[in-house]
Amino acid sequence: MTAPLLEARGVTLSFGETPALRGADLAVDAGEVLAVMGPSGSGKSTLLHCLAGILAPDGGEVHFDGRRIDRLGEQERSTLRRDSFGFVFQFGQLVPELSAEENVALPLLLGGARRADALARARAWFPKLGLDGLERRRSGELSGGQAQRVALARGLVAEPRVLFADEPTGALDSLTGEHVMDLLVDSARSQGTTVVLVTHEARIAAYADRETIVRDGRATSLTGRAAR
Amino acid sequence: MSVSLTLLGLLEREPSHGYDLKRDYDAFFGRGKPLPFGQVYATLGRLARDGKVVVGDPEAGDGPDRKRYVITEAGATEFEDWLSEPVAAEPHLQTVLFSKVVLALMLGRDAERYLDTQRAAHLKRMRELTEVKRSGSLVDALLADHGLFHLESDLRWIDLTAARLDALAAEVTAR
Ligand SMILES: Nc1ncnc2c1ncn2[C@@H]1O[C@H](COP(=O)(O)OP(=O)(O)OP(=O)(O)O)[C@@H](O)[C@H]1O
Ligand SMILES: [Mg+2]
Repeated sequence: MTAPLLEARGVTLSFGETPALRGADLAVDAGEVLAVMGPSGSGKSTLLHCLAGILAPDGGEVHFDGRRIDRLGEQERSTLRRDSFGFVFQFGQLVPELSAEENVALPLLLGGARRADALARARAWFPKLGLDGLERRRSGELSGGQAQRVALARGLVAEPRVLFADEPTGALDSLTGEHVMDLLVDSARSQGTTVVLVTHEARIAAYADRETIVRDGRATSLTGRAAR
Repeated sequence: MSVSLTLLGLLEREPSHGYDLKRDYDAFFGRGKPLPFGQVYATLGRLARDGKVVVGDPEAGDGPDRKRYVITEAGATEFEDWLSEPVAAEPHLQTVLFSKVVLALMLGRDAERYLDTQRAAHLKRMRELTEVKRSGSLVDALLADHGLFHLESDLRWIDLTAARLDALAAEVTAR
């Protein structure tokens, strides 16, 4: 079996007195779509933030692509997130002052792309996600499902190695949510992006290749990684 | 789901040969488990015996062994009655899942482990059905969704029960 692309080993993290992670282990292979499930407050989002270099854990290790990333400084972690990771969250993630296409182009612009190039690449996502004609809308003028697809395009536009999605369909009705999942999985697969998907909904987790359950700050894999 | 009622329903559309009935049954109701010809003809034979279908006049071009079956008034009534009756909303108060959990707790076995194994099995099936839904026809997708919603409600029960195992153990071992 080859080494996983992303791995947490015995990760611990407390918010003040509250232990959120108590030794979480998790491994994701390249190209895999992993669902992280578990009850509310069990530590799913905290684990995702540690894996994505948003939070620095108190203990344990996080490895990405053969490199230990949990001890990197804020600057280096920020570069790593920009260059290698994409994000989709539950809501409130689009910048209201920007148009939909500018929102999608944002990761490219932050990565130093020329504005015209970034916008052209951003626009290419709109027909793929059934968003034709909405390129110039502001986020306040989009429905929840449309805004979520714009956020998905933004998460994937820079072709990240890993897409981190925290309850990406949590604010949508189940039909729209499944449509977004369809697009997420298809797009991630076609560009080889690995996905870490936090959800408490089994129907959403069923789009993944495999699931891990987080309970009381620990992760249990019910199914092992596929032997590769 | 009863084969004879399904065949009656197909015959209610139009008189048909056993072969056509099998083809349509397999396409819409077989779900990868084709109905053996023997069962088609045995069922039609029983329906004929009970006066729910009759063998119609052969048409030009029909072979000697190609009987056309026609639904009777009695057959149509039975079918309509069945169609208009809602399926029993079974409360499933004594499911296998429930019995296993309670017995595991009574015997001091690891009920949580059982629930985890069951959760994994449910999720595995849900992944398979999701794949069917993503790649199949609308008929396949709707059937898969039906299965998915049922599995999902089982899973909710599994989660709820897992969260209350200690209290349940206290109750079932108290006597
Ligand atoms: N910024 C924070 N400050 C203090 N405590 C926090 C913070 N973020 C999370 N926690 C606590 O850490 C624990 C884990 O929270 P986390 O957000 O990871 O849970 P979760 O599994 O994502 O839950 P949910 O399904 O409700 O989103 C909880 O007890 C929570 O209250
Ligand atoms: Mg969360």
